[in-house]
Amino acid sequence: MTQTTSATVVAPDMLPTRRSGSSLIMRKVKRSLPSLGIVAVVAAFWEVASHWFGVPAYILPSLEAIGSKIVTRWSDTLASATWVTGKEVMGGYVLAVVVALVIALLLHLSESLRNAVYPLLIGSQAVPIVVIAPVLAIMFGYTITPKLIVVAFICFFSMVVNSLDGLSAVDPQYLRLMRTLDGSRWSTLRRVQIPAALPSMFTGMRISAVYAPVGAVFGEYAGSQDGLGYVMIQATPLMATDMVFAAIVILTIGAVALFLLVNVLERIMCPWARQSRVA
Amino acid sequence: MTAMQPSPPVTTAPAIQVQGVIKRFGATTAIQDATLELTIHDRLSIVGPSGCGKSTLLGIISGLDDPDAGVVSVLGESTSQGRLKKCAWMPQRDLLLPWRDVLGNAAISLENRGVRAKVARQQVADLAGRFGLAGFEDRYPYQLSGGMRQRVSFLRTLSAGKEVLLLDEPFGALDSITRADLQLWLRGALDEEPRTTILVTHDVEEALLLGNKVVVMSARPGRIQATFEVSLPEGMSRRDLIRLPEFGDLRDQILGLLEAS
Repeated sequence: MTQTTSATVVAPDMLPTRRSGSSLIMRKVKRSLPSLGIVAVVAAFWEVASHWFGVPAYILPSLEAIGSKIVTRWSDTLASATWVTGKEVMGGYVLAVVVALVIALLLHLSESLRNAVYPLLIGSQAVPIVVIAPVLAIMFGYTITPKLIVVAFICFFSMVVNSLDGLSAVDPQYLRLMRTLDGSRWSTLRRVQIPAALPSMFTGMRISAVYAPVGAVFGEYAGSQDGLGYVMIQATPLMATDMVFAAIVILTIGAVALFLLVNVLERIMCPWARQSRVA
Repeated sequence: MTAMQPSPPVTTAPAIQVQGVIKRFGATTAIQDATLELTIHDRLSIVGPSGCGKSTLLGIISGLDDPDAGVVSVLGESTSQGRLKKCAWMPQRDLLLPWRDVLGNAAISLENRGVRAKVARQQVADLAGRFGLAGFEDRYPYQLSGGMRQRVSFLRTLSAGKEVLLLDEPFGALDSITRADLQLWLRGALDEEPRTTILVTHDVEEALLLGNKVVVMSARPGRIQATFEVSLPEGMSRRDLIRLPEFGDLRDQILGLLEAS
């Protein structure tokens, strides 16, 4: 069963050498064993602290309290909150990808634009987003718009920087070669530089994937009527710490899922990148 | 018959003319007063120690670079843009694009000239078959051996449809067995698709096997030391050619020059 699954994920002839014995999935499981082990140890300490050392539940709820909160409150609260926050995360993230690629291409093509805009981009990252988010909420109300902006604002920077690096890191010999092969600036960009920069773009996208849910929660803190961030705001004054942690668990799972999704996308779009790189 | 074929030469003037070319990089003179002349379908080999400026000279002829002084003319084109239109360049590293398969890599110049990708692939498929790449058309570079990759790289150079081929140590990174194999292959390929060719190499035997003229350059500053005419009988194996007394003679003369400089 696992054998057939792995065969559909990666075509056998895409692998440089076939490793017999263990399937792809078994290797993945083996690789994630250490991190699962660390989670288990932390969970064990957590349980010991919450059950036997008398740490009150409003400070450190037990793991099964958090787990049962996710189950019991899923249908009435957490499901819709997850859906709302999920939309904000995905929407903001896609917005960031589009904006970042456009900015990176423009800055790559024009040196004077790069000199003018790049310092501003760096400066933009010093803007305290926690303070800006409420202003956006005033401007756009309790809609999804301010959340999308906050998520995109947090995510786009590492995408731009990595894409720009990838575009300019192409070995100049390739550019010379393209000149002798009747390659115009546009065809060189399209046939060499953009494909060569894809792995770097994906590196930026992977980094951002982890921050996207944090951005959504910032946005919701500034003003919202639903979402995981909203659930946390509601739960904190009630000292319903288990509910806060329930939301955190879901956010964490979401961030990891987005990260893995980007990985899968990269595998599909540049299967060659694990064998050879141009940039 | 197709885009592969370069337009026939219209004049009897020299195909490539290099006159008094000087190239400096800062305070060092890379090329000092180089002069060359090639007629159509000449095959010139340039040998010299590393750092003698032979690759630099090739870059100048191709139009990728300009000389600091002197005149370079390729089929009547003396501007760098004009020369680029006449010359195809094959670098030492294959520089294949890892996201393109064999035909995709070979066809890239056709796509650059606006031929649709599918049509471009069909146009190079025939050449690929004739030059030992049959059955490998849709392999990716990382699935190919070093020798195969150089064949694809040469195919890409050839399908650019230029009259002049500039080969910059094309087999320098290969092991000696593969290199010997590819030298013979290239000899055959050029007999079949004749072009005006300049081959840069540091391998004297390769220079003699692939050129009908050999130019020896000396290092620092790069200077043309001597020119030899080579005429070896056709249809002989590499091993037999190397055993010929006139081959050995030329090799010894050239090696002598290289050692003296």
